[in-house]
Amino acid sequence: MRPTPSQTVGPFYGYALPFRDGGDLVPSGHPGAISVHGYVYDGAGAPVPDALLEFWQADAAGNLDGRPGSMRRDEVDGSFAGRDGVTFTGFGRVATDLDGHWAIRTVPPGEVPYIAVCVFARGLLHHLYTRVYLEDSGEALLASLPGDRRATLIAEPERDGVYRFDIRIQGDAETVFLDLG
Amino acid sequence: MPEPQDVISREIAELAAKSDGADHPSRDYPPYRSSGLRHPHRPLVAPPEAYAELRGPVFGASDVTPLDGDLTRQHLGEPLGERITVTGRVLDRDGRPVRNQLVEVWQANASGRYPHLRDQHPAPLDPNFTGTGRCLTDAYGGYTFTTIKPGAYPWKNHVNAWRPAHIHFSVFGTAFAQRLVTQMYFPGDPLFAYDPILQSVTDEKARERLVAAYDHDLSQPEWSLGYRWDIVLDGPSATWMEEGR
Ligand SMILES: [Fe+3]
Repeated sequence: MRPTPSQTVGPFYGYALPFRDGGDLVPSGHPGAISVHGYVYDGAGAPVPDALLEFWQADAAGNLDGRPGSMRRDEVDGSFAGRDGVTFTGFGRVATDLDGHWAIRTVPPGEVPYIAVCVFARGLLHHLYTRVYLEDSGEALLASLPGDRRATLIAEPERDGVYRFDIRIQGDAETVFLDLG
Repeated sequence: MPEPQDVISREIAELAAKSDGADHPSRDYPPYRSSGLRHPHRPLVAPPEAYAELRGPVFGASDVTPLDGDLTRQHLGEPLGERITVTGRVLDRDGRPVRNQLVEVWQANASGRYPHLRDQHPAPLDPNFTGTGRCLTDAYGGYTFTTIKPGAYPWKNHVNAWRPAHIHFSVFGTAFAQRLVTQMYFPGDPLFAYDPILQSVTDEKARERLVAAYDHDLSQPEWSLGYRWDIVLDGPSATWMEEGR
């Protein structure tokens, strides 16, 4: 069957898609928690204030089964209840703020050593995939890329437990985006 | 300085004449002005493996309530507008149902206004309509939303730019690589030809797959009009799917 074409997420998804604690894959104070944050930039180097990022990763043990409960509802009144603070769902979603900044809190993925990222934005007609690697592990994709391209996928340690990962949609230091067939 | 519609329409026609029949829009589609600085210049890279992307997030009964699929019951009163039911199935390229996965929708109200601070269209907000909904697909991949027909709205891509009425859809497949965000349109909308976002899908047959069908059998007497729209998720290729399982 032929697929349904993609269309841009547009500018007005803000009250529909982001959810409270969407970037908190683990709660504050979780043992081994790390923060990954950065900016999204357009081809003029300007921050993108209306991008939406989704994250998907293995848990610390390398399990990719995923769990429900990222956007749990209160079963009594239907209001937003949020994550239960225990279950690692593997999924996160954050919108960039007016400065083009985003942040998530998670644990380093086990076995499959990257956080998969999906980028949506006004002006982007079809989402883009990339990956956050926390170190240059020599993993297959990294090994296949020339040094300057490889560097765009590797988060920079800023201080203990905090990593910086900027996404450049276009331009000189353009992030490597993936063709997933 | 925003250009007039005829400049945009000429660009749309030129790109349509060069269509390669692709299912998806090119990320570089100049008539949609804000795509200019927001598409990569370098070719995408096929990774040697994609273990994580061949799996995907999981959602469950706890992530939705049964009321989330009815956008007309989120406030004390009834929203203004033409009540509609939108239903269909989420399938993969092989026609297999995508079960128990999340479908999210958002839309303007009947006047063409979003309750978003950046939406400055001087059309009335509706205190009884927010315009967001979600549901999980059932065992057949089916989804259903009750809502009101959204209005067309102006935007600033060019002079006299108007979006045809549409409902935004966000759909998860069984793999992260099947993720889809798209828009559903209503049959026979006179604005189709003028809209660079819809026309960014340059293949006519592919574009038709974004338009729901009016289904009289789905319409309910004295209640609502019915539209049917099936969604087919793209990629990853079948061989990759098998390797990933
Ligand atoms: Fe819209």
